[in-house]
Amino acid sequence: MSLQDVDRSILGGAGGAKAEEHLQWAGVKLRHWLSRYGVLLAFLVLWQGASSSGWLNPAVFPPIDAILSAMWRGVFGGALLDDIAISLQRSGLAFLAAVVVAIPLGLFMGQVRPIENALDPILQLFRQTSALALYPVFILLLGLGEASKVFVIFWATLFPLLLNTISGVKEVDSKLIEMARVYGASRSTVFRRVVLPGAIPSIFVGLRLSATTALLLLIASEMIGANKGVGFQVMNAQYNFQIPLMFAAIFILAGLGLIANYALVFAQRRLCRWSDVSI
Amino acid sequence: MEYVQTSRKGEIALRDLSKSFQISGRSLRVLRNVNLDIRSGECLAIVGASGSGKTTLLRILAGLEAADAGKVLIDSEPITGVGNERAVIFQEPRLLPWLTVLENVAFGLEVRGGDARHAKERARHYISLVGLAEFADAYPKQLSGGMAQRVGIARALTVQPEILLLDEPFGALDAMTKLTMQEELERIWRDENVTMVLVTHDLEEAIYLADRVLVLPKNKDGNPKTIEIDLARPRDRSETRFVQYRKDLFREFGLH
Repeated sequence: MSLQDVDRSILGGAGGAKAEEHLQWAGVKLRHWLSRYGVLLAFLVLWQGASSSGWLNPAVFPPIDAILSAMWRGVFGGALLDDIAISLQRSGLAFLAAVVVAIPLGLFMGQVRPIENALDPILQLFRQTSALALYPVFILLLGLGEASKVFVIFWATLFPLLLNTISGVKEVDSKLIEMARVYGASRSTVFRRVVLPGAIPSIFVGLRLSATTALLLLIASEMIGANKGVGFQVMNAQYNFQIPLMFAAIFILAGLGLIANYALVFAQRRLCRWSDVSI
Repeated sequence: MEYVQTSRKGEIALRDLSKSFQISGRSLRVLRNVNLDIRSGECLAIVGASGSGKTTLLRILAGLEAADAGKVLIDSEPITGVGNERAVIFQEPRLLPWLTVLENVAFGLEVRGGDARHAKERARHYISLVGLAEFADAYPKQLSGGMAQRVGIARALTVQPEILLLDEPFGALDAMTKLTMQEELERIWRDENVTMVLVTHDLEEAIYLADRVLVLPKNKDGNPKTIEIDLARPRDRSETRFVQYRKDLFREFGLH
Protein backbone atom coordinates (compact mmCIF):
# COMPACT_ATOMS: atom_id res chain seq x y z
CA MET A 1 0.00 0.00 0.00
CA SER A 2 1.45 3.36 -0.95
CA LEU A 3 1.31 6.46 1.20
CA GLN A 4 -1.25 8.10 -1.04
CA ASP A 5 -3.58 5.18 -0.61
CA VAL A 6 -3.29 5.39 3.16
CA ASP A 7 -3.99 9.12 3.00
CA ARG A 8 -7.07 8.63 0.93
CA SER A 9 -8.46 5.93 3.15
CA ILE A 10 -7.96 8.09 6.23
CA LEU A 11 -9.10 11.41 4.87
CA GLY A 12 -11.81 10.81 2.36
CA GLY A 13 -12.35 7.08 2.14
CA ALA A 14 -15.96 6.94 3.30
CA GLY A 15 -17.09 10.11 1.53
CA GLY A 16 -15.39 9.07 -1.68
CA ALA A 17 -17.12 5.70 -1.67
CA LYS A 18 -20.47 7.38 -1.14
CA ALA A 19 -19.97 9.82 -3.98
CA GLU A 20 -18.93 6.95 -6.18
CA GLU A 21 -22.11 5.09 -5.24
CA HIS A 22 -24.22 8.12 -6.18
CA LEU A 23 -22.39 8.44 -9.44
CA GLN A 24 -22.95 4.77 -10.16
CA TRP A 25 -26.64 5.09 -9.36
CA ALA A 26 -26.96 8.09 -11.66
CA GLY A 27 -25.15 6.12 -14.35
CA VAL A 28 -27.59 3.26 -14.07
CA LYS A 29 -30.54 5.68 -14.24
CA LEU A 30 -29.08 7.38 -17.30
CA ARG A 31 -28.50 4.06 -19.01
CA HIS A 32 -32.10 3.04 -18.40
CA TRP A 33 -33.33 6.34 -19.74
CA LEU A 34 -31.09 6.13 -22.79
CA SER A 35 -32.05 2.54 -23.57
CA ARG A 36 -35.68 3.66 -23.63
CA TYR A 37 -35.51 7.11 -25.23
CA GLY A 38 -32.10 7.04 -26.94
CA VAL A 39 -33.41 6.17 -30.40
CA LEU A 40 -36.11 8.84 -30.20
CA LEU A 41 -33.54 11.41 -29.10
CA ALA A 42 -31.16 10.38 -31.91
CA PHE A 43 -34.00 10.70 -34.43
CA LEU A 44 -34.77 14.26 -33.32
CA VAL A 45 -31.09 15.24 -33.23
CA LEU A 46 -30.56 13.77 -36.69
CA TRP A 47 -33.57 15.70 -38.00
CA GLN A 48 -32.36 18.95 -36.48
CA GLY A 49 -28.81 18.46 -37.79
CA ALA A 50 -29.84 17.32 -41.27
CA SER A 51 -32.28 20.19 -41.67
CA SER A 52 -30.11 23.02 -40.35
CA SER A 53 -27.08 21.82 -42.33
CA GLY A 54 -29.18 21.78 -45.49
CA TRP A 55 -28.74 18.05 -46.05
CA LEU A 56 -32.54 17.80 -45.85
CA ASN A 57 -34.48 20.53 -47.64
CA PRO A 58 -35.48 22.85 -44.77
CA ALA A 59 -38.46 24.09 -46.79
CA VAL A 60 -39.97 20.61 -46.53
CA PHE A 61 -38.39 19.47 -43.24
CA PRO A 62 -37.84 22.62 -41.18
CA PRO A 63 -35.48 22.23 -38.20
CA ILE A 64 -37.04 21.12 -34.92
CA ASP A 65 -36.45 24.48 -33.25
CA ALA A 66 -38.44 26.25 -35.99
CA ILE A 67 -41.30 23.79 -35.50
CA LEU A 68 -41.21 24.26 -31.72
CA SER A 69 -41.25 28.02 -32.02
CA ALA A 70 -44.19 27.82 -34.47
CA MET A 71 -45.96 25.61 -31.93
CA TRP A 72 -45.14 28.06 -29.13
CA ARG A 73 -46.51 30.99 -31.12
CA GLY A 74 -49.56 29.02 -32.20
CA VAL A 75 -50.47 27.82 -28.70
CA PHE A 76 -49.53 30.85 -26.64
CA GLY A 77 -50.44 33.37 -29.34
CA GLY A 78 -53.85 31.72 -29.37
CA ALA A 79 -53.99 30.92 -33.07
CA LEU A 80 -53.95 27.13 -32.56
CA LEU A 81 -55.89 27.12 -29.29
CA ASP A 82 -59.27 27.37 -30.98
CA ASP A 83 -58.33 24.56 -33.31
CA ILE A 84 -57.24 22.32 -30.45
CA ALA A 85 -60.45 23.10 -28.55
CA ILE A 86 -62.76 22.32 -31.45
CA SER A 87 -60.83 19.13 -32.28
CA LEU A 88 -61.00 17.94 -28.69
CA GLN A 89 -64.69 18.72 -28.63
CA ARG A 90 -65.39 16.71 -31.80
CA SER A 91 -63.34 13.66 -30.86
CA GLY A 92 -64.29 13.83 -27.18
CA LEU A 93 -68.00 13.98 -27.93
CA ALA A 94 -67.78 11.08 -30.36
CA PHE A 95 -65.62 9.03 -28.00
CA LEU A 96 -67.98 9.61 -25.08
CA ALA A 97 -70.97 8.65 -27.20
CA ALA A 98 -69.16 5.45 -28.25
CA VAL A 99 -68.41 4.64 -24.60
CA VAL A 100 -72.01 5.24 -23.54
CA VAL A 101 -73.36 3.05 -26.34
CA ALA A 102 -70.70 0.35 -26.75
CA ILE A 103 -69.93 -0.66 -23.17
CA PRO A 104 -73.51 -1.33 -21.95
CA LEU A 105 -74.43 -2.91 -25.30
CA GLY A 106 -71.28 -5.06 -25.29
CA LEU A 107 -71.85 -6.18 -21.70
CA PHE A 108 -75.36 -7.20 -22.62
CA MET A 109 -74.46 -8.89 -25.90
CA GLY A 110 -71.58 -10.80 -24.34
CA GLN A 111 -73.96 -12.43 -21.90
CA VAL A 112 -76.86 -13.30 -24.16
CA ARG A 113 -75.61 -15.80 -26.70
CA PRO A 114 -78.58 -15.76 -29.14
CA ILE A 115 -78.40 -11.96 -29.48
CA GLU A 116 -74.64 -11.98 -29.92
CA ASN A 117 -74.98 -14.77 -32.44
CA ALA A 118 -77.61 -12.89 -34.43
CA LEU A 119 -75.87 -9.52 -34.40
CA ASP A 120 -72.30 -10.66 -34.97
CA PRO A 121 -72.40 -10.95 -38.80
CA ILE A 122 -73.78 -7.43 -39.27
CA LEU A 123 -71.28 -6.07 -36.73
CA GLN A 124 -68.46 -7.71 -38.65
CA LEU A 125 -69.75 -6.17 -41.90
CA PHE A 126 -69.99 -2.68 -40.36
CA ARG A 127 -66.60 -3.03 -38.78
CA GLN A 128 -64.93 -4.03 -42.02
CA THR A 129 -66.56 -1.15 -43.91
CA SER A 130 -64.17 1.76 -43.71
CA ALA A 131 -65.70 4.66 -41.83
CA LEU A 132 -63.98 7.02 -44.28
CA ALA A 133 -65.78 5.36 -47.18
CA LEU A 134 -69.03 6.01 -45.34
CA TYR A 135 -68.18 9.63 -44.62
CA PRO A 136 -69.80 10.88 -47.87
CA VAL A 137 -72.95 8.99 -46.87
CA PHE A 138 -72.96 10.66 -43.46
CA ILE A 139 -72.42 14.05 -45.15
CA LEU A 140 -75.44 13.40 -47.37
CA LEU A 141 -77.50 12.46 -44.33
CA LEU A 142 -76.28 15.00 -41.81
CA GLY A 143 -74.83 17.81 -43.85
CA LEU A 144 -71.27 19.11 -43.88
CA GLY A 145 -71.44 20.51 -40.34
CA GLU A 146 -70.42 19.24 -36.94
CA ALA A 147 -72.97 16.40 -36.87
CA SER A 148 -71.44 14.41 -39.73
CA LYS A 149 -67.92 14.91 -38.35
CA VAL A 150 -68.83 13.74 -34.87
CA PHE A 151 -70.86 10.89 -36.29
CA VAL A 152 -68.10 9.50 -38.49
CA ILE A 153 -65.72 9.50 -35.52
CA PHE A 154 -68.38 7.91 -33.33
CA TRP A 155 -69.00 5.24 -35.97
CA ALA A 156 -65.35 4.30 -36.22
CA THR A 157 -64.74 4.29 -32.45
CA LEU A 158 -67.86 2.29 -31.69
CA PHE A 159 -66.71 -1.04 -33.11
CA PRO A 160 -63.32 -1.61 -31.46
CA LEU A 161 -64.91 -0.83 -28.11
CA LEU A 162 -68.04 -2.90 -28.70
CA LEU A 163 -66.20 -5.97 -29.97
CA ASN A 164 -63.60 -5.85 -27.20
CA THR A 165 -66.30 -5.50 -24.56
CA ILE A 166 -68.18 -8.49 -25.99
CA SER A 167 -65.08 -10.66 -26.13
CA GLY A 168 -64.09 -9.51 -22.63
CA VAL A 169 -67.42 -10.74 -21.27
CA LYS A 170 -67.32 -13.97 -23.26
CA GLU A 171 -63.80 -14.80 -22.19
CA VAL A 172 -64.43 -14.54 -18.46
CA ASP A 173 -63.44 -17.95 -17.08
CA SER A 174 -66.59 -20.05 -16.84
CA LYS A 175 -64.99 -21.91 -13.93
CA LEU A 176 -65.02 -18.70 -11.90
CA ILE A 177 -68.68 -18.20 -12.71
CA GLU A 178 -69.41 -21.77 -11.61
CA MET A 179 -67.49 -21.16 -8.39
CA ALA A 180 -69.66 -18.12 -7.65
CA ARG A 181 -72.81 -20.14 -8.40
CA VAL A 182 -71.74 -22.81 -5.90
CA TYR A 183 -71.84 -20.11 -3.24
CA GLY A 184 -75.39 -19.29 -4.32
CA ALA A 185 -74.61 -16.13 -6.29
CA SER A 186 -77.56 -14.77 -8.26
CA ARG A 187 -77.23 -13.80 -11.93
CA SER A 188 -76.81 -10.15 -11.02
CA THR A 189 -74.21 -10.93 -8.36
CA VAL A 190 -72.27 -13.07 -10.83
CA PHE A 191 -72.37 -10.17 -13.29
CA ARG A 192 -71.34 -7.54 -10.76
CA ARG A 193 -68.64 -9.50 -8.96
CA VAL A 194 -67.24 -11.85 -11.61
CA VAL A 195 -68.16 -10.91 -15.19
CA LEU A 196 -67.71 -7.14 -15.01
CA PRO A 197 -64.34 -7.08 -13.22
CA GLY A 198 -63.13 -9.91 -15.45
CA ALA A 199 -64.04 -7.99 -18.60
CA ILE A 200 -62.38 -4.73 -17.58
CA PRO A 201 -58.90 -5.42 -19.04
CA SER A 202 -60.44 -6.22 -22.42
CA ILE A 203 -62.68 -3.14 -22.22
CA PHE A 204 -59.56 -1.04 -21.70
CA VAL A 205 -57.96 -2.56 -24.79
CA GLY A 206 -61.08 -1.39 -26.66
CA LEU A 207 -60.91 2.07 -25.08
CA ARG A 208 -57.30 2.51 -26.14
CA LEU A 209 -57.99 1.33 -29.68
CA SER A 210 -61.01 3.62 -29.86
CA ALA A 211 -59.08 6.65 -28.61
CA THR A 212 -56.47 6.12 -31.34
CA THR A 213 -59.18 5.66 -33.95
CA ALA A 214 -60.97 8.80 -32.74
CA LEU A 215 -57.90 10.94 -33.45
CA LEU A 216 -57.30 9.26 -36.79
CA LEU A 217 -60.85 9.91 -37.98
CA LEU A 218 -60.81 13.40 -36.49
CA ILE A 219 -58.00 14.46 -38.82
CA ALA A 220 -59.57 12.86 -41.86
CA SER A 221 -62.92 14.52 -41.21
CA GLU A 222 -61.30 17.89 -40.57
CA MET A 223 -59.50 17.73 -43.87
CA ILE A 224 -62.83 17.74 -45.70
CA GLY A 225 -65.11 20.73 -45.42
CA ALA A 226 -63.81 22.21 -42.19
CA ASN A 227 -62.50 25.67 -41.40
CA LYS A 228 -61.26 24.92 -37.91
CA GLY A 229 -59.50 22.13 -36.12
CA VAL A 230 -56.01 20.74 -35.86
CA GLY A 231 -56.58 18.54 -38.91
CA PHE A 232 -57.73 21.59 -40.87
CA GLN A 233 -54.60 23.45 -39.75
CA VAL A 234 -52.35 20.70 -41.13
CA MET A 235 -53.94 21.06 -44.57
CA ASN A 236 -54.27 24.84 -44.39
CA ALA A 237 -50.67 25.41 -43.32
CA GLN A 238 -49.50 23.23 -46.16
CA TYR A 239 -51.58 25.21 -48.70
CA ASN A 240 -50.09 28.44 -47.37
CA PHE A 241 -46.63 26.92 -47.27
CA GLN A 242 -46.30 27.50 -43.52
CA ILE A 243 -44.41 24.24 -43.15
CA PRO A 244 -43.24 24.74 -39.52
CA LEU A 245 -46.86 25.39 -38.55
CA MET A 246 -47.93 22.27 -40.40
CA PHE A 247 -45.43 20.17 -38.47
CA ALA A 248 -46.45 21.94 -35.26
CA ALA A 249 -50.04 20.81 -35.86
CA ILE A 250 -48.87 17.26 -36.64
CA PHE A 251 -46.81 17.17 -33.42
CA ILE A 252 -49.79 18.43 -31.44
CA LEU A 253 -51.88 15.57 -32.86
CA ALA A 254 -49.21 13.06 -31.91
CA GLY A 255 -49.08 14.62 -28.45
CA LEU A 256 -52.86 14.35 -28.03
CA GLY A 257 -52.66 10.69 -28.99
CA LEU A 258 -49.88 10.04 -26.48
CA ILE A 259 -51.74 11.88 -23.71
CA ALA A 260 -54.96 9.94 -24.39
CA ASN A 261 -53.12 6.63 -24.33
CA TYR A 262 -51.18 7.40 -21.14
CA ALA A 263 -54.33 8.64 -19.44
CA LEU A 264 -56.07 5.36 -20.24
CA VAL A 265 -53.06 3.29 -19.15
CA PHE A 266 -53.01 5.25 -15.90
CA ALA A 267 -56.72 4.63 -15.34
CA GLN A 268 -56.29 0.96 -16.15
CA ARG A 269 -53.42 0.63 -13.68
CA ARG A 270 -55.57 2.19 -10.98
CA LEU A 271 -58.51 -0.08 -11.77
CA CYS A 272 -56.63 -3.28 -12.52
CA ARG A 273 -53.78 -3.42 -10.05
CA TRP A 274 -54.16 -7.21 -10.14
CA SER A 275 -53.24 -7.65 -13.78
CA ASP A 276 -50.11 -6.57 -15.62
CA VAL A 277 -50.71 -3.53 -17.79
CA SER A 278 -48.27 -2.74 -20.55
CA ILE A 279 -48.04 0.51 -22.44
CA MET B 1 -64.48 -18.48 17.21
CA GLU B 2 -67.79 -20.00 18.23
CA TYR B 3 -69.24 -22.63 15.99
CA VAL B 4 -72.89 -22.14 15.16
CA GLN B 5 -74.62 -25.45 15.78
CA THR B 6 -77.52 -26.17 13.50
CA SER B 7 -80.01 -28.97 13.40
CA ARG B 8 -78.37 -30.12 10.18
CA LYS B 9 -75.77 -32.80 10.45
CA GLY B 10 -74.55 -33.31 6.93
CA GLU B 11 -75.88 -36.80 6.26
CA ILE B 12 -76.03 -37.72 2.60
CA ALA B 13 -78.11 -40.45 0.99
CA LEU B 14 -77.93 -41.37 -2.69
CA ARG B 15 -80.92 -43.31 -4.00
CA ASP B 16 -80.80 -45.09 -7.39
CA LEU B 17 -78.76 -42.31 -8.93
CA SER B 18 -78.25 -42.58 -12.70
CA LYS B 19 -76.71 -40.20 -15.19
CA SER B 20 -75.97 -40.36 -18.92
CA PHE B 21 -74.34 -37.89 -21.27
CA GLN B 22 -75.13 -37.35 -24.92
CA ILE B 23 -71.84 -37.40 -26.79
CA SER B 24 -72.05 -36.92 -30.57
CA GLY B 25 -75.50 -38.42 -30.74
CA ARG B 26 -74.70 -41.44 -28.59
CA SER B 27 -75.82 -41.87 -25.05
CA LEU B 28 -72.98 -42.59 -22.65
CA ARG B 29 -73.96 -43.90 -19.26
CA VAL B 30 -71.66 -42.71 -16.48
CA LEU B 31 -73.59 -43.59 -13.33
CA ARG B 32 -76.01 -46.46 -12.93
CA ASN B 33 -78.23 -46.96 -9.90
CA VAL B 34 -75.80 -45.70 -7.32
CA ASN B 35 -76.99 -46.19 -3.74
CA LEU B 36 -74.96 -44.94 -0.84
CA ASP B 37 -75.27 -43.52 2.65
CA ILE B 38 -72.66 -41.12 3.93
CA ARG B 39 -72.65 -40.63 7.68
CA SER B 40 -72.51 -37.28 9.40
CA GLY B 41 -68.89 -36.23 9.93
CA GLU B 42 -67.56 -39.05 7.80
CA CYS B 43 -64.80 -38.71 5.26
CA LEU B 44 -65.65 -40.69 2.15
CA ALA B 45 -63.24 -40.96 -0.75
CA ILE B 46 -64.46 -41.79 -4.24
CA VAL B 47 -61.91 -43.40 -6.53
CA GLY B 48 -62.21 -44.84 -9.99
CA ALA B 49 -60.54 -44.87 -13.35
CA SER B 50 -61.05 -41.80 -15.51
CA GLY B 51 -64.48 -41.99 -17.09
CA SER B 52 -65.89 -43.88 -14.12
CA GLY B 53 -68.14 -40.95 -13.25
CA LYS B 54 -66.55 -39.89 -9.99
CA THR B 55 -66.45 -36.21 -10.87
CA THR B 56 -70.00 -36.39 -12.24
CA LEU B 57 -71.13 -37.89 -8.96
CA LEU B 58 -69.52 -35.04 -7.04
CA ARG B 59 -71.06 -32.43 -9.34
CA ILE B 60 -74.49 -33.93 -8.75
CA LEU B 61 -73.88 -33.78 -4.99
CA ALA B 62 -72.85 -30.15 -5.39
CA GLY B 63 -76.05 -29.39 -7.28
CA LEU B 64 -74.13 -28.29 -10.38
CA GLU B 65 -75.63 -31.09 -12.41
CA ALA B 66 -78.95 -32.90 -12.23
CA ALA B 67 -79.27 -36.67 -12.18
CA ASP B 68 -81.38 -38.35 -14.86
CA ALA B 69 -83.00 -40.59 -12.30
CA GLY B 70 -82.85 -41.12 -8.57
CA LYS B 71 -82.22 -38.51 -5.91
CA VAL B 72 -79.81 -37.07 -3.41
CA LEU B 73 -81.06 -36.54 0.13
CA ILE B 74 -79.22 -34.31 2.56
CA ASP B 75 -80.45 -34.77 6.12
CA SER B 76 -83.49 -36.49 4.57
CA GLU B 77 -84.32 -33.53 2.31
CA PRO B 78 -83.98 -33.98 -1.46
CA ILE B 79 -81.69 -31.38 -3.03
CA THR B 80 -82.72 -29.27 -6.01
CA GLY B 81 -79.51 -27.39 -6.74
CA VAL B 82 -76.65 -25.74 -4.90
CA GLY B 83 -77.21 -25.26 -1.19
CA ASN B 84 -75.85 -23.37 1.78
CA GLU B 85 -74.98 -26.53 3.70
CA ARG B 86 -72.47 -27.55 1.01
CA ALA B 87 -69.21 -26.05 -0.21
CA VAL B 88 -67.02 -27.27 -3.05
CA ILE B 89 -63.24 -27.28 -3.41
CA PHE B 90 -62.22 -27.71 -7.02
CA GLN B 91 -59.03 -29.03 -8.53
CA GLU B 92 -58.08 -25.47 -9.49
CA PRO B 93 -58.27 -22.88 -6.72
CA ARG B 94 -60.66 -20.73 -8.81
CA LEU B 95 -59.68 -17.49 -7.12
CA LEU B 96 -60.83 -14.15 -8.48
CA PRO B 97 -57.59 -12.54 -9.66
CA TRP B 98 -58.79 -9.00 -8.88
CA LEU B 99 -59.43 -9.73 -5.21
CA THR B 100 -56.85 -10.09 -2.45
CA VAL B 101 -56.56 -13.32 -0.48
CA LEU B 102 -58.76 -11.84 2.25
CA GLU B 103 -61.40 -10.65 -0.22
CA ASN B 104 -61.38 -14.00 -2.00
CA VAL B 105 -61.87 -15.92 1.23
CA ALA B 106 -64.69 -13.61 2.31
CA PHE B 107 -66.29 -13.81 -1.15
CA GLY B 108 -68.37 -16.93 -0.55
CA LEU B 109 -69.86 -15.66 2.68
CA GLU B 110 -70.51 -12.19 1.22
CA VAL B 111 -72.29 -13.72 -1.76
CA ARG B 112 -74.46 -15.67 0.63
CA GLY B 113 -75.62 -12.38 2.02
CA GLY B 114 -73.28 -12.11 4.98
CA ASP B 115 -72.42 -8.66 6.31
CA ALA B 116 -69.11 -7.68 4.68
CA ARG B 117 -67.31 -6.83 7.92
CA HIS B 118 -68.37 -10.01 9.61
CA ALA B 119 -67.38 -11.99 6.51
CA LYS B 120 -63.88 -10.45 6.53
CA GLU B 121 -63.50 -11.18 10.24
CA ARG B 122 -64.40 -14.82 9.79
CA ALA B 123 -62.26 -14.99 6.65
CA ARG B 124 -59.23 -13.86 8.69
CA HIS B 125 -59.80 -16.72 11.11
CA TYR B 126 -59.74 -19.32 8.35
CA ILE B 127 -56.82 -17.67 6.57
CA SER B 128 -54.76 -18.16 9.73
CA LEU B 129 -56.10 -21.69 10.00
CA VAL B 130 -54.57 -22.55 6.61
CA GLY B 131 -51.38 -20.71 7.56
CA LEU B 132 -51.62 -17.70 5.25
CA ALA B 133 -52.12 -14.88 7.77
CA GLU B 134 -49.19 -12.90 6.35
CA PHE B 135 -50.58 -13.15 2.84
CA ALA B 136 -54.05 -11.76 3.53
CA ASP B 137 -53.41 -8.72 1.31
CA ALA B 138 -51.58 -10.55 -1.48
CA TYR B 139 -53.12 -11.08 -4.91
CA PRO B 140 -53.58 -14.59 -6.33
CA LYS B 141 -50.87 -14.14 -8.97
CA GLN B 142 -48.35 -13.71 -6.16
CA LEU B 143 -49.15 -17.12 -4.66
CA SER B 144 -47.74 -20.57 -5.37
CA GLY B 145 -50.08 -23.37 -6.45
CA GLY B 146 -50.23 -24.83 -2.95
CA MET B 147 -50.90 -21.46 -1.35
CA ALA B 148 -53.66 -20.68 -3.85
CA GLN B 149 -55.32 -24.00 -3.11
CA ARG B 150 -55.18 -23.20 0.63
CA VAL B 151 -57.02 -19.96 -0.13
CA GLY B 152 -59.68 -21.99 -1.93
CA ILE B 153 -59.99 -24.25 1.12
CA ALA B 154 -60.24 -21.26 3.48
CA ARG B 155 -62.98 -19.75 1.27
CA ALA B 156 -64.99 -22.98 1.51
CA LEU B 157 -64.51 -23.23 5.28
CA THR B 158 -65.54 -19.62 5.84
CA VAL B 159 -69.14 -20.43 4.92
CA GLN B 160 -68.99 -23.14 7.63
CA PRO B 161 -70.63 -25.87 5.59
CA GLU B 162 -71.86 -29.18 6.98
CA ILE B 163 -70.57 -30.90 3.87
CA LEU B 164 -67.31 -30.29 2.06
CA LEU B 165 -67.09 -31.64 -1.48
CA LEU B 166 -63.58 -31.93 -2.88
CA ASP B 167 -62.86 -32.65 -6.53
CA GLU B 168 -59.24 -33.85 -6.82
CA PRO B 169 -58.20 -30.93 -4.64
CA PHE B 170 -54.47 -31.67 -4.70
CA GLY B 171 -54.29 -33.14 -8.21
CA ALA B 172 -52.35 -30.19 -9.60
CA LEU B 173 -49.81 -29.90 -6.79
CA ASP B 174 -46.29 -31.29 -6.55
CA ALA B 175 -45.72 -34.41 -4.48
CA MET B 176 -44.25 -32.69 -1.39
CA THR B 177 -46.90 -29.99 -1.20
CA LYS B 178 -49.55 -32.62 -1.69
CA LEU B 179 -48.44 -34.60 1.40
CA THR B 180 -48.43 -31.47 3.57
CA MET B 181 -51.84 -30.46 2.32
CA GLN B 182 -53.27 -33.90 3.03
CA GLU B 183 -52.09 -33.69 6.62
CA GLU B 184 -53.55 -30.21 6.98
CA LEU B 185 -56.83 -31.23 5.44
CA GLU B 186 -57.15 -34.08 7.93
CA ARG B 187 -56.52 -31.74 10.83
CA ILE B 188 -59.11 -29.27 9.50
CA TRP B 189 -61.64 -32.03 8.92
CA ARG B 190 -61.34 -33.19 12.52
CA ASP B 191 -61.44 -29.67 13.99
CA GLU B 192 -64.32 -28.42 11.87
CA ASN B 193 -66.43 -31.53 12.22
CA VAL B 194 -67.68 -31.63 8.63
CA THR B 195 -68.78 -34.43 6.36
CA MET B 196 -66.24 -34.72 3.57
CA VAL B 197 -66.63 -36.30 0.14
CA LEU B 198 -63.30 -36.48 -1.65
CA VAL B 199 -62.94 -37.43 -5.28
CA THR B 200 -59.38 -38.44 -6.04
CA HIS B 201 -57.31 -40.53 -8.42
CA ASP B 202 -54.61 -40.85 -5.80
CA LEU B 203 -55.29 -44.15 -3.99
CA GLU B 204 -52.83 -43.41 -1.19
CA GLU B 205 -54.54 -40.07 -0.56
CA ALA B 206 -57.85 -41.94 -0.28
CA ILE B 207 -56.44 -44.38 2.29
CA TYR B 208 -54.73 -41.60 4.24
CA LEU B 209 -57.84 -39.44 4.55
CA ALA B 210 -60.96 -41.56 4.24
CA ASP B 211 -63.04 -43.58 6.65
CA ARG B 212 -64.41 -45.42 3.64
CA VAL B 213 -63.34 -45.60 0.03
CA LEU B 214 -65.94 -46.00 -2.69
CA VAL B 215 -64.49 -47.69 -5.77
CA LEU B 216 -66.50 -46.92 -8.89
CA PRO B 217 -66.34 -49.69 -11.49
CA LYS B 218 -64.94 -48.95 -14.92
CA ASN B 219 -67.52 -51.33 -16.33
CA LYS B 220 -70.89 -49.64 -15.81
CA ASP B 221 -72.65 -52.96 -15.21
CA GLY B 222 -70.44 -53.69 -12.24
CA ASN B 223 -71.36 -52.54 -8.77
CA PRO B 224 -69.54 -49.86 -6.79
CA LYS B 225 -67.56 -51.35 -3.94
CA THR B 226 -66.96 -49.81 -0.53
CA ILE B 227 -63.81 -50.45 1.45
CA GLU B 228 -63.72 -49.58 5.14
CA ILE B 229 -60.34 -48.11 6.20
CA ASP B 230 -59.88 -49.19 9.81
CA LEU B 231 -56.70 -47.37 10.81
CA ALA B 232 -55.97 -45.05 13.73
CA ARG B 233 -55.41 -41.35 12.90
CA PRO B 234 -53.19 -39.65 12.04
CA ARG B 235 -52.24 -42.46 9.74
CA ASP B 236 -48.75 -43.71 9.06
CA ARG B 237 -48.16 -44.34 5.39
CA SER B 238 -45.40 -46.85 6.02
CA GLU B 239 -47.33 -48.96 8.51
CA THR B 240 -47.92 -52.58 7.41
CA ARG B 241 -51.69 -52.34 7.42
CA PHE B 242 -51.62 -49.08 5.45
CA VAL B 243 -49.46 -50.79 2.87
CA GLN B 244 -51.85 -53.73 2.83
CA TYR B 245 -54.82 -51.44 2.10
CA ARG B 246 -52.77 -49.90 -0.65
CA LYS B 247 -52.10 -53.31 -2.18
CA ASP B 248 -55.77 -54.27 -1.96
CA LEU B 249 -56.89 -51.05 -3.57
CA PHE B 250 -54.32 -51.24 -6.34
CA ARG B 251 -55.53 -54.74 -7.09
CA GLU B 252 -59.02 -53.35 -7.63
CA PHE B 253 -57.57 -51.55 -10.63
CA GLY B 254 -55.50 -54.48 -11.80
CA LEU B 255 -52.30 -52.81 -10.61
CA HIS B 256 -49.56 -54.12 -8.39
